[in-house]
Amino acid sequence: MDNNTPLIQLKDLRTHFRLNGGAKLHAVDGINLDIHEGETIGVVGESGCGKSTLGRTILRLIEPTSGQIIYKGEDVTKISQRKFRPLRQDLQIIFQDPYASIDPRKSVVEVIAEYMLIHKTYKHRADAYNRAAELMDMVGLARRYANMYPHELDGGRRQRIGIARALSLSPKFIVCDEPVSALDVSIQAQILNLLMDLGDELNLTYLFITHDLSVVKHISDRIMVMYLGQAVEIAPSQELFDNPLHPYTQALLAAIPEPDLSKRDIPFKTIKGEVSSPINVKPGCRFCKRCEHVMDCCQGVDQPLVEVSPGHFVACALHTK
Amino acid sequence: MNEQNILEIKDLSVIYKTDLETVKAVNGINIAIKKKSTFGLVGETGAGKTTTARSIIRLLPKVGHVTGGSIEFEGQNLLDLPEDEMRTYRGNKIAMVFQDPMTSLNPVMSVGDQIAETIKIHNPHLSKEDVEKRVEDTLAMVGILPSRKIDYPHQFSGGMKQRVIIAIALACEPDLLIADEPTTALDVTIQAQVLMMIKDLRDRLGTSMLMITHDLGIVAKICDDVGVMYAGEIVESGTVQDIFEGKNHHPYTEGLFGSIPDLKATAKRPQAIPGLMPDPTNLPEGCVFVERCKYAMDICRKEHPQLSVSGTHKLCCHLFDENGNRKEANHG
Repeated sequence: MDNNTPLIQLKDLRTHFRLNGGAKLHAVDGINLDIHEGETIGVVGESGCGKSTLGRTILRLIEPTSGQIIYKGEDVTKISQRKFRPLRQDLQIIFQDPYASIDPRKSVVEVIAEYMLIHKTYKHRADAYNRAAELMDMVGLARRYANMYPHELDGGRRQRIGIARALSLSPKFIVCDEPVSALDVSIQAQILNLLMDLGDELNLTYLFITHDLSVVKHISDRIMVMYLGQAVEIAPSQELFDNPLHPYTQALLAAIPEPDLSKRDIPFKTIKGEVSSPINVKPGCRFCKRCEHVMDCCQGVDQPLVEVSPGHFVACALHTK
Repeated sequence: MNEQNILEIKDLSVIYKTDLETVKAVNGINIAIKKKSTFGLVGETGAGKTTTARSIIRLLPKVGHVTGGSIEFEGQNLLDLPEDEMRTYRGNKIAMVFQDPMTSLNPVMSVGDQIAETIKIHNPHLSKEDVEKRVEDTLAMVGILPSRKIDYPHQFSGGMKQRVIIAIALACEPDLLIADEPTTALDVTIQAQVLMMIKDLRDRLGTSMLMITHDLGIVAKICDDVGVMYAGEIVESGTVQDIFEGKNHHPYTEGLFGSIPDLKATAKRPQAIPGLMPDPTNLPEGCVFVERCKYAMDICRKEHPQLSVSGTHKLCCHLFDENGNRKEANHG
């Protein structure tokens, strides 16, 4: 692998779920993405857009229906779970809910050491526990919590356990699935800053999944906006905020209530309707039913993701025709 | 009670008492909500916002006790009312919208029946046809097709359910609506729709509102007055202008604004407030924010700060004198 090979490449990745009665739910529907080493990609979208499924599919916690996942130049889509297991040391995930994702019957140090014991990183259990204590220092958890149980800790501290656990195998790539959305704003900022510091220090690559554009702006190098399983826009973070092109991206940005009184009397530019069903979707722009610019050419054929300026991709007939 | 106010909370304290411990949830707060205006109560989890709201409609859980203070609604202290009289206030005069739209509705009752139930209880003399008519009007008011009244909650999306809940709360045209984080569980585009609808209905029906939220963006959009709550106390209050444009702030308010990732600024990272909220079973003697405050002085640990008042703006911090001016000498 040379330096230009992305750490992870996704090629036309699709994850469909079969429902009762033969219907198909298109959770992830043709994602192409190159993730380079040390880069943080933000994935933004509303509930049901497939962003969590995408994160889990990359780690093969959910098996893809078609397409390819290429890790360090090697296609890992079809290799057996047994062969994939050693790769899991490089590919980790931090879950959204710090209450549900941690075994309530294990103490903090046991939770953090668990993955190291499974992967036999150390010969002796005591070494794994020592490493766990070091990880606690790294994520800012006082060592006196080591023998406490998760229910004794608040959400922010539990999320730090989740981060320490993900770091325990010295991964290269971490999927952060809404790691701060269950936390209060003041704690949210603490955890975001921690993730950014760790990312720089350990040269981590993140896929940062969130519904909150304001969260993702600071941490991401590039942002991918998803709608009903597809990428509608990919752009460098600042570019996306300065020059959002897809009507859905514009609507997402316009819907954020800003803590600024000068905008008080400007009503929200709300988009009509709600996300339509991802079941048995027909070709065509998925957003066209809610879009105010809808044209004839939006229906019938999928809109391709086209590079309109360097690094800025958008899938919308307004900009690609 | 001031004529212009619809609700005045004075020196309210609430505890949760179990065999093991006593949680001091609300500690001597004062709130006044003006008629036809919206008061925003801002704070983080565990600050006591929901406890305050539940005290007003007297729906505290069994372990919750009001230990002092008064809640006057149109001149009547609600805390003195016997339960059966309190029921004539709930729904009719004061209604509440809860945070979680997924669990606030009855899953085995059609949406129309749930709205009709509220209308019938509060207007027992209405004929069946009139009740149905009002159900349809109420649904139309929140932007749902009246023909969907026969549907059940699982057939609605989260945003629609929250609209139904707001419809139920507004069905009896209350004078005061308490909205407890009404959009927290919703997606951002749906949140924008629901917020615009709440704002619209409030203006049209002339309802006063207590809006509980942790989102300062929502406060800027909807509220007229603001109280910032921390560890059971209101550490700063005033008009939205005082809070968003004023010069002097409580360090906690400052921290809250710093924590929000700024959409425009090029600054790379939000300014986190270090540490956590104090344990409500064991609150510090002095200022409740002292452990997380970057300006903390010796006096902050020993004495509880006095209220500083300048016009409509009040704050509770040792950095300021009783007139709300910064005491420059005491810190560098």
